[in-house]
Amino acid sequence: MSLRGLLRFAACLALALPALAFASGRTPKPEIIIANPGHCVEPTEIMRRNHPQMLLHQRDLTVHEGIRTSKYSLKGCVQCHASKTTGSVLGEKGFCQSCHAYAGVTLDCFECHASKAKLAGATP
Amino acid sequence: MSAGSNEGLSRRGFLAISAATLGGVMLAPGIRLIEIAAARAPDQPASGKVRWGLLIDTNKCEPGCDDCVTACATENGIKSTGHPRTDSQWIRKVELKDMRSGRTHSLPVMCQHCAEPPCVDVCPTGASFKRADGIVLVDRHICIGCRYCIMACPYKARSFVHQEISDQNPDVPRGKGCVEGCTLCVHRVDRNQQPACVEACTKAGHNAMIFGDLNDPHSEIAQRVAKYASTQIRADLRLDPGVHYQGL
Amino acid sequence: MAESLAYRQLSGPPARFWALLAALAVPLALGAAAYFYMEHNGHIVTGMDNQIVWGMPHVFAVFMIVAASGALNVASTASVFGKTAYKPIAPLSALLAVSLLVGGLTVLVLDLGRSDRLIVAMTHYNFKSIFTLNVFLYNGFIIFCAAYLWTMLERRMNRYAKAVGMGAFIWRLMLTTGTGSIFGFLVARQAYDTAILAPMFVVYSFAYGTAIFILLLLAACRWDGQPIADALLARLKNLLGVFVAASLYFVTVYHLTKLYMTRYDDLERFILVDGGVYTLLFWVGQVLLGGILPLILLFHPRTPRRGIVAACALVVLGGLAQMYVTIIGGQAYPQILFPGMIESSSFFDGVIHPYTPSLPEVLLGLGGMALAASIVAVALRALALLPARLDQVAGSQA
Repeated sequence: MSLRGLLRFAACLALALPALAFASGRTPKPEIIIANPGHCVEPTEIMRRNHPQMLLHQRDLTVHEGIRTSKYSLKGCVQCHASKTTGSVLGEKGFCQSCHAYAGVTLDCFECHASKAKLAGATP
Repeated sequence: MSAGSNEGLSRRGFLAISAATLGGVMLAPGIRLIEIAAARAPDQPASGKVRWGLLIDTNKCEPGCDDCVTACATENGIKSTGHPRTDSQWIRKVELKDMRSGRTHSLPVMCQHCAEPPCVDVCPTGASFKRADGIVLVDRHICIGCRYCIMACPYKARSFVHQEISDQNPDVPRGKGCVEGCTLCVHRVDRNQQPACVEACTKAGHNAMIFGDLNDPHSEIAQRVAKYASTQIRADLRLDPGVHYQGL
Repeated sequence: MAESLAYRQLSGPPARFWALLAALAVPLALGAAAYFYMEHNGHIVTGMDNQIVWGMPHVFAVFMIVAASGALNVASTASVFGKTAYKPIAPLSALLAVSLLVGGLTVLVLDLGRSDRLIVAMTHYNFKSIFTLNVFLYNGFIIFCAAYLWTMLERRMNRYAKAVGMGAFIWRLMLTTGTGSIFGFLVARQAYDTAILAPMFVVYSFAYGTAIFILLLLAACRWDGQPIADALLARLKNLLGVFVAASLYFVTVYHLTKLYMTRYDDLERFILVDGGVYTLLFWVGQVLLGGILPLILLFHPRTPRRGIVAACALVVLGGLAQMYVTIIGGQAYPQILFPGMIESSSFFDGVIHPYTPSLPEVLLGLGGMALAASIVAVALRALALLPARLDQVAGSQA
């Protein structure tokens, strides 16, 4: 096959792929593993949309006023959502990173915050 | 406590307060570790009526002992990277020798939690701030890493994080490119515990450090500051540090 | 003298101009590489540490920011003080001021621990901070200079030039006062903690800015083979001479102030006598090469044009030495927590702090200078900012 033919084939394939994917339900989606299935602090739809606002609000309350309720705390998120295998919310299949990588959104929290759940039995 | 503010209070939080209250009652009056009045639920903001402080008795501080420093490092996840010049030091033991008399002192120095903190004055973004209860902190979310606060601090109390950090303590976020310093173990204070350094000093039997509310006339720290001579480092600057020293 | 206010662009064959930009691209690229290297690894790869927290980037940045306000001198002298001889070169002066400021600020910003959070610095303000004040002073200065250029170059706006020029002049005085106050208001360190640093920085800015301006003017004219009247150059060099002398005066008063107070004796001994590199840079760099030698060259009756160039270059080098002594020397001297006591600790209490500049820091600083030069080069080529003629001086009075 000539180079031009190859390119044309690749272009057609690229154009057709999304259609194929949608038709067969093969749209690539992030693999979200819920380590502890159950109820999050809010319904899933609200969590998906609003978790950044919740964290921002809680962060200012905690840092500046010392309010340390656990409901919307990042520590609480990590504690519950850390992977059972890696113990972390980061990593390829980590709860936070898998979705953030898919959406192409910077995940700055864990430059400073612990990404791993505190093990049971460790000193409080 | 109003009914509304009770909402976020979990059962465990309630038990913790009860225990703290009990602990306060159980100890001899006047020598309560954490004042009952200051015990605070997780959903309550830090109170402006409280002024947290430390009283350090240099006569009791053992030269060569660095239990407070070790306890701080463990509590706050500060590990040596083998670069002493760039590693953070939230608390350090300073050895002093009087140039004329030759008298020696050994004492821990950490953030002095000034009432008029220069670090807060100079911070361009407001990341350096003083909490209502007098604890001086860095909000790492808005710290841009300009280090002006390090230039302004008379106590060498602040460090800049020069390298990436991993495996932080979940209660103590720390990361590259921000300035940090002693938080008076704010995460412990918020659950009515003492700072790790004070706990370690007591555990070692030295009892050279007392933590408490300087504004509460019944607290041990306020009573000792009222009764015995104590000084503040660089008192000439009139920054009114929350850390007082006795025996200097 | 209407024809003397005709302006032109930088001429010459395109190839020559592109070669200039290519030459400037080298330090620019190296500066960018240094930034990404520091950003990726953290400040561990620099010579800075928890004792010397402001290093080489700050030496370059503060020098350029101070020089920026001084570069506006020529324009101010023309508009505010009515010296018509400087009118043709006033736009060049405003352009240099903006370029140096942008170069200096870029270095400052790229050195931040979290330079990715610059937006935070632009949205969160603590109005008690001199830095915050400076954010407004710097941005205001750029706006003022742009407006000033407009009133000078647009004939219909000419009548506002004096008013805007006055505003820019007052603003630049505030700006350098602000820059000096960054250090002057630091009670924590013995080398700072004095209000004299603010006017001292203003006077330094006059010297640095004028020196760089003369170098730029000579370079731009040489590029096009354009003659400059000796009389104009003589006035500029005399102006620079006065500023250099005033700088030396302020340095003297600063050290006399500190020497007079006993508690600063050890600090003064460190800077003036046994501080090693800082003592050397002070006496040889700042005082001899950056002060006395330029003064001789500038005021000697028969100094050739090359001598003036040398004097300007020496003022720039002396200025960098000055900044090094002030910024790094001031931090190298330990903070005294317990006067009268010998202090020792694991955090280097009571000892002189060593500092070795690292290559990335220097490259970042040079990159900032290259950025300023590039802005000047591109602007001069694209906009008519250079005077059409400089071989005769307008306004016979000095």
